[in-house]
Amino acid sequence: MRILAMDSSGLVASVALLDEETLLAEYTINYKKTHSQTLLPMMDEIVRMTETDLAEIDAIAVAAGPGSFTGLRIGSATAKGLGLALDKPLVSVPTLEGLAANLWGSEAYLCPMMDARRKQVYTGIYHFDGNSLDLVVDQKACPVEEILKDCGRLEGKVIFLGDGVPVYKEIIEDIMGDYRDRLAWAYAPAHLNRQRAGALGRLALNYLRQGRQETAADHAPIYLRKSQAERELNAKGRILKE
Amino acid sequence: MMNEEKKDIDILAIETSCDETAAAVVRNGREVLSNIIYTQIKLHTVFGGVVPEIASRKHIEKINPVIEAALAEAGKKLSDIDAVAVTYGPGLVGALLVGVAEAKAIAYGTKKPLIGGHHIEGHISANYIEHKELEPPFLCLVASGGHSHLVLVRDYGVYEIIGRTRDDAAGEAFDKVARAIGLGYPGGPKVDKLARQGNPRAITFPRARIADAPDDFSFSGLKSAVLNYLNQCQMKGEEVNKADVAASFQQSVVDVLTDHTIQAAKRLKIDKVAIAGGVAANSTLRRQMKEVCEKNGKKFYYPSPVYCTDNAAMIGTAAYYEYMKGSRAGWDLNAVPNLKIGSR
Repeated sequence: MRILAMDSSGLVASVALLDEETLLAEYTINYKKTHSQTLLPMMDEIVRMTETDLAEIDAIAVAAGPGSFTGLRIGSATAKGLGLALDKPLVSVPTLEGLAANLWGSEAYLCPMMDARRKQVYTGIYHFDGNSLDLVVDQKACPVEEILKDCGRLEGKVIFLGDGVPVYKEIIEDIMGDYRDRLAWAYAPAHLNRQRAGALGRLALNYLRQGRQETAADHAPIYLRKSQAERELNAKGRILKE
Repeated sequence: MMNEEKKDIDILAIETSCDETAAAVVRNGREVLSNIIYTQIKLHTVFGGVVPEIASRKHIEKINPVIEAALAEAGKKLSDIDAVAVTYGPGLVGALLVGVAEAKAIAYGTKKPLIGGHHIEGHISANYIEHKELEPPFLCLVASGGHSHLVLVRDYGVYEIIGRTRDDAAGEAFDKVARAIGLGYPGGPKVDKLARQGNPRAITFPRARIADAPDDFSFSGLKSAVLNYLNQCQMKGEEVNKADVAASFQQSVVDVLTDHTIQAAKRLKIDKVAIAGGVAANSTLRRQMKEVCEKNGKKFYYPSPVYCTDNAAMIGTAAYYEYMKGSRAGWDLNAVPNLKIGSR
């Protein structure tokens, strides 16, 4: 089974072509240029380089969120448009699960975190059991202290990754220090600590085998947060009806 | 070649610049095979205006079903389509990006040419749909919630801005006045409806003219005058006749729009006048512009209301002439929220 995978949930734009055995191509850019300008040209580059006929792929995998609202929609609309054009199913991969898949096969607990602004992170805790990814704490938006307390209930080792790590490094060091007698911690290295479409695509192959696919029409991003206007409206105690 | 017959050009057009998710299939720039519009107005009413993030979220939910409906109604498959067109500005950047990313992916996946469309040029081109005989040059008044422009259409795809608003757009003034008299969002149709029961001469509101720029507009003074009037009535304890306020305000806007347009047409010696944009659906503007044009020997064109509000058919129409000129967008096409008219 061959998958075209993409992630534009954060600052990184990444696209990959892969099957179970081989990563044919992966193009990852971590630079301040809008995903709208980079994502499709990057895809075109790897499709041409690998002489791929997109009609022959089995599914399109996309980082479904959370992440930058606009970034998620660029990825989502690109995947939906391709799904419609090629008549292929989509595989929606929660962004934090995709990030955890960077450390596939690790025996440690994996704690990816993305800076969600407003003093929060998008985060979760994952663990690999052979080739399957277990959700220890499902992805959520919360203060970094909350996920670190979740980590504190574990024993062994936890590896942190994601763009939230440099933002909250001091707090991580401080709180993890409290658990040091039973829980070691480490940080993923540079080549594994941000979104990679190759890892996301490999996880998507698992999900595709489990029948976790959706139509291009049904796919929508997972924001984990309401819009600011809705939050303010709810705060005023009015009821929002569609 | 055996077959010299001219082939029809069918364009799939997508428009998501504000709060309508729209897709259409247009043949040869003039024949609308389908025109699907999902309007989000109800969703934004509770907020008193369009909330960009909510609009963008709704676009991503609705865009595939809307496109599929447009293809189905036209009886077309994606493989039958000759090109994909999309509005890439002006508009709300997050909203535009949904349509742009979707259109690029569809064009890429089907190996079809991609055409970037301009929202305002689309509104102007809406006039081609129902007036098969209309060809440039003509003068077009574009008035909507975000825009008030007098545009000289010199040729297909060749636009010159003659006049523009210095402050509020005409539609914006409608929205603000509607809010002030408790009609809510969207203001245009609500003011239009209430004004029918009022006297347009009951209250004299200003008709702004800008010295040395006779083709430009200004509506913020008018808006303030309406708000002042409402305040004064409240302070004096007088009851406000809302229908009279709506009618008098609307008359002031319509007088300015028609007057500036006809004066410019006369001076530029243009014998065809058109209107476009959401405010072009206003019944008083349509009636008065028609009368004034007839009186001055100008031919007057206006789209049906469905082609005045945001739609994708107008984008497909404008894109046809871009397509014929050989204009193509790249895979790096981006949304440009303040895209200028005639800037490509």
